[in-house]
Amino acid sequence: MSAEAGLPILRLGDILLTGLLSDLDDKTALRFTEELTTRISDEGIRGVIIDISRLEIIDSFVARVLMQLADTGRLLGATMIVAGMRPAVAITLSELGLQLTGVRTALNAEQAMELLGWRRPAEAPHAP
Amino acid sequence: MLPDELTDPGRDVPPLEHAVRAEEDLLTARHAVRSSAVAAGFSIVDQTKIVTAASELVRNAYIHGGGGTMTITVLRDDRGRIGLRLRVRDDGPGIADVDQAMTDGFSTGAGLGHGLGGTRRLVDEFTIDTAPGRGTTITITRWKP
Repeated sequence: MSAEAGLPILRLGDILLTGLLSDLDDKTALRFTEELTTRISDEGIRGVIIDISRLEIIDSFVARVLMQLADTGRLLGATMIVAGMRPAVAITLSELGLQLTGVRTALNAEQAMELLGWRRPAEAPHAP
Repeated sequence: MLPDELTDPGRDVPPLEHAVRAEEDLLTARHAVRSSAVAAGFSIVDQTKIVTAASELVRNAYIHGGGGTMTITVLRDDRGRIGLRLRVRDDGPGIADVDQAMTDGFSTGAGLGHGLGGTRRLVDEFTIDTAPGRGTTITITRWKP
């Protein structure tokens, strides 16, 4: 759990997996960006997946936060992927005219992992 | 008042008014709009559009307008069509150039400048009443298809 912004950032090898929540405010967004940026740099992170499946809406504020996060991480050399946008949010965002320019997206976190080169075993063991 | 509210015989839900003074009010406002949209039977896509539009307007009201109120009204027109109307009013400095404010890419605040122009695209009806020194009132309506 991130002590600073209160948003969990999980590490899987050289990948960080994190997510945004609907109650994101300016201060949290700023702290979260700082913390993520520091960890990318300190831990030699290659890819970051930002799961947004819990975001019920993306307004122009959240869109700006996502674009800045993606931009900042990319400048440090990490591949930034925003994953799990809800279909209703995608439709609304498109109608609103917000294109999330420069933000790479994936259907879900698993696809984002694959984009970052994470391979599923050929025969994945099934849970009992 | 807008005409279809005056001739609205079937309105059984009284308007709900919410203060929008600070960031904390944004979540409350969004939840209230979402519940009204759910109660009125809007689809998940329509709910998302209405709540997104509300989020843009409420944020404008406390960032640019210094705070105000949001009123939610459930409408029923004479053909039985259900609509949701949001009125977001602030007593701020008002908007001098409405055409400019409605243009995509124009922003004086924290967004991307798609707030007003984008909001208009998300709803069926959009009216703005503003002048320098007189505050701003924006009324949006979305009808159930």
